[in-house]
Amino acid sequence: MLNSSLDNREKERRLFLSRMTASFIFIALLILVLVGRLFYLQVVQHERHEARSQTNRLEVLPIPPIRGLIYDRYGELLARNEPSHTLTVVVERSGDLDALVQDLGALVDLSEDQVSRFFDRVRGYRRPFEPIPLKVRLTEEEVARVSANRIFLEGVQIDAELIRQYPFGEEFAHALGFVGRINQEELRDLDVGAYAGTRFIGKEGVERQYEDALLGEPGFQRVETNARGRIIRVIEKQAPKPGSNLHLYLDQELQKMAYDLLGEQRGSIVAIEPETGGILAMVSNPGFDPNLYVSGFPTEIYNALRDSPDNPFLNRAIRGQYPAASTIKPFLGLAGVDQGFVTWDYTINDRGYYQLPTDDRIYNDWKRGGHGRVNLRKAVAESCDTYFYQLAYDMKLEAIHDIYDQFGFGKNTTADVYNPFTGINPSREWKQNRHGFSWYAGDTINLSIGQGYMLATPMQLAIATSVLANRGRWVTPRLLMHSNDESLLDSIPEPPPDVHLNNDANWDRMHAAMQDVVQGARGTARASGLGATYEYAGKSGTAQVIRIERDENGDPIGDVPEQFRDHAWFMGFAPLENPQIAVAVLVENGGSGSGVAGPMMRSLFDFYLTREPEQ
Amino acid sequence: MNFTEYVRQLPQGSMDRRQSIWTRLHLDPYLFAALLAVALSGMVVLYSATSGDMGAVYRQAIRFGIGFMAMIIVAQFDPRWFQQWGGTVYLVGVLLLVAVIVSGAQAMGAQRWLQIPGLFRFQPSELMKLAVPVMLSWYISRYGLPPRYRDLLVSAVLLFVPVALIIQQPDLGTSLLIASSGLFVIFLAGLSWKLIVGFSTIAIAMIPVLWIWVMRDYQRQRVLTLFDPNVDPLGAGWNIIQSMTAIGSGGLSGKGYMLGTQSQLDFLPESHTDFIIAVLGEEFGFVGATILISLYAVIILRGMLIAIRGRDNFCRLLAGSLTLTFFIYVFVNVGMVSGILPVVGVPLPLVSYGGTSIVTLLTGFGMLMSISTHQRN
Repeated sequence: MLNSSLDNREKERRLFLSRMTASFIFIALLILVLVGRLFYLQVVQHERHEARSQTNRLEVLPIPPIRGLIYDRYGELLARNEPSHTLTVVVERSGDLDALVQDLGALVDLSEDQVSRFFDRVRGYRRPFEPIPLKVRLTEEEVARVSANRIFLEGVQIDAELIRQYPFGEEFAHALGFVGRINQEELRDLDVGAYAGTRFIGKEGVERQYEDALLGEPGFQRVETNARGRIIRVIEKQAPKPGSNLHLYLDQELQKMAYDLLGEQRGSIVAIEPETGGILAMVSNPGFDPNLYVSGFPTEIYNALRDSPDNPFLNRAIRGQYPAASTIKPFLGLAGVDQGFVTWDYTINDRGYYQLPTDDRIYNDWKRGGHGRVNLRKAVAESCDTYFYQLAYDMKLEAIHDIYDQFGFGKNTTADVYNPFTGINPSREWKQNRHGFSWYAGDTINLSIGQGYMLATPMQLAIATSVLANRGRWVTPRLLMHSNDESLLDSIPEPPPDVHLNNDANWDRMHAAMQDVVQGARGTARASGLGATYEYAGKSGTAQVIRIERDENGDPIGDVPEQFRDHAWFMGFAPLENPQIAVAVLVENGGSGSGVAGPMMRSLFDFYLTREPEQ
Repeated sequence: MNFTEYVRQLPQGSMDRRQSIWTRLHLDPYLFAALLAVALSGMVVLYSATSGDMGAVYRQAIRFGIGFMAMIIVAQFDPRWFQQWGGTVYLVGVLLLVAVIVSGAQAMGAQRWLQIPGLFRFQPSELMKLAVPVMLSWYISRYGLPPRYRDLLVSAVLLFVPVALIIQQPDLGTSLLIASSGLFVIFLAGLSWKLIVGFSTIAIAMIPVLWIWVMRDYQRQRVLTLFDPNVDPLGAGWNIIQSMTAIGSGGLSGKGYMLGTQSQLDFLPESHTDFIIAVLGEEFGFVGATILISLYAVIILRGMLIAIRGRDNFCRLLAGSLTLTFFIYVFVNVGMVSGILPVVGVPLPLVSYGGTSIVTLLTGFGMLMSISTHQRN
């Protein structure tokens, strides 16, 4: 036993020794490979590398690509590139940086901001010999002054480059977004090669959403420079590939019209072409000048905008979430009648309030004394709350949640709108998770008039209106119409499934009820519909911000501070047959939907439907 | 555990061999001298690579101080001690790796560190560089060599788990080193040549699969760049072009200390970390680079000798694996800087600037010294 064990140990030792011998041979060979490689580089190829390091000084300079242009549907240029002169410093070639910046300060106007940003870039990650920008958009005079003193300014360059310009400024700030300087955080994540020579990156909106397509690919040139960095000879050059141009559905004239209509009021207007799902207008007011983002905001302007109570940086069209209020009624009514909870002939007698069978609480109609005998058509036209309270109680939460969901509430259905909010289409689980309470019957009642937990963005309401106008047919809502990069259209996602009714005639009857709102004898917004040369449909909404005292017409009594006034909604589409445009208008604290938002929608329709076609 | 082995050893042990002072200190003089030489020359090069930043050299010296201390302390333990604790450390290490992934997922991105609140940042993959070879050596040596198929299978799993976790981080360099350390144990334990050839064939056949499904874009780019650095002269190719130019322009005897234009003019990226041998190659030439590689060769040879003289299978396997893995460090780093291997993040051992790897490496050498000085007693 002991012997065989000793035998084994000897065998193991020999096995290990043979393996070590094999390893030794392997290692010896690989070390020879390494030494051989070093010999090849350092002795055989020495002269070549020596020459290269002498002129190295042999530099590879990136040539930035031209950023893709953005057009509206008629070819109006919305974002272009214009030449600009930028003062840059190659740190490796300059001597004392502080002294240099001081000298430059005597020649051009430098703000503390610009100087500190420059030093941040110098200290951060950068490629060797990369020119670091100190000031963009030099004036002609500054260019001349720096050029004249160039021999005293080691390492200083003036680079001509193309920078982004937005000719329509504020009108499109939220729809297009903007580019801005690449910051340290972005620098850490992006592909340094792809951005070689590029200093700007899309930050918001279309510019951000289509960043990869708009960017293009950089080219490069291999150049010999002397010790001072002057280019002596271009050895090789590869041209950059410009970014793709985008043609959007946006309609510049309509957008401007919508922007002007909102005027001084906070709010948003979104218009969609039902046939294509194309977003024709997407305005959020107030805006800001996106060109300031490109050149760098002067601190005081930036702070003023940031601290403004009007919150101009908020894109209300897609990130402003409001109670949908009465604009939700046509969707609810459609489901109620189609699923047989009511018929078009069914009436209730509205005495101005509703009471749950199980509860003492009173739910008031906006009209004190009530609307009398009301059927569905009248309930929509006069926006009768009581009718919908009753309907919601009969339908129950699940059926309501389902129909809202089918029309896109509570989720994002857009293809290429950057970073939208989804609003809230509440459910039992949602309330339990969010608030820790179970769902009460009263919550369902609130849901029937788009109040309570429900929130929607103007974009969502415009989309839902467009689907309603389309008789339930979904087309993915989108900004991009076409591009020279055809693959972009392939990435447009499929829309949600179409909304199917048991009886298609219900679409027409709901459209007719909505026409009554604006063109019927007793419609809530009949004033805004007067004199229209075409038939159209609409629905008002007035979203309560807080509970306030009201008279018998639902109008507030006395002066209400502005921030507590109701939000005014209006949605609709035109013309009634073959709708060409669907719109949602929201005016924050605007008061009455039919009084404030309704006329805005009417003006948009008048303009859009009667405008002379572009030549 | 196989206790009979110890019983057998007793009558043979410590007959009348006089112990030298080194053995009593549990240090190996040759290994110690070579390590010290590499460390010192590394700091000389570092001073130049950082364009004379004495602060960086001090910080590196402190790391070496900690590393050498760790080495000396570890060398005092009997190898039996590693055998006993290897499994526990391995398990803790795997758990920590999982913790890194979980906390990394919360931080919305890749992460290799574990922040120990109030203390320091800790990289569990460093722990695994030692825990994996110890664990595998212990496991395989339990039933004698060569290992049975079942043991091979278990070993493969023991190796695969940490490697897969580290690849996720993603840290290709470290997972490569840890995978090699485990594979070396299996190889040295006597995996049959037939299997070795079989697995290698499968591995080669797997390359297209890796290329298409596993590798990330930047990793593919690095491999492509290797074949032609000029395809991407602004991105990944830049490093290789510049480091090859630096090394090549150094010539036979170099441009002189602190006189390398490539390194001093900042053409060379990462010059004080992964690409530091390019600075050495430029300033001290072929002669300087060869001297450094010779020092590494001394360390490796000495390590192999310690492995062959190891008192039992565990000691032999562990010492062999640590030594061969050290060689892989050197080979991969010099290979990538000189342009024959793709760029993976492997530092030049004991020379590149950077903390944890120095301490881990020297701790490993502490184990080697323990094995060499704790013969049968």
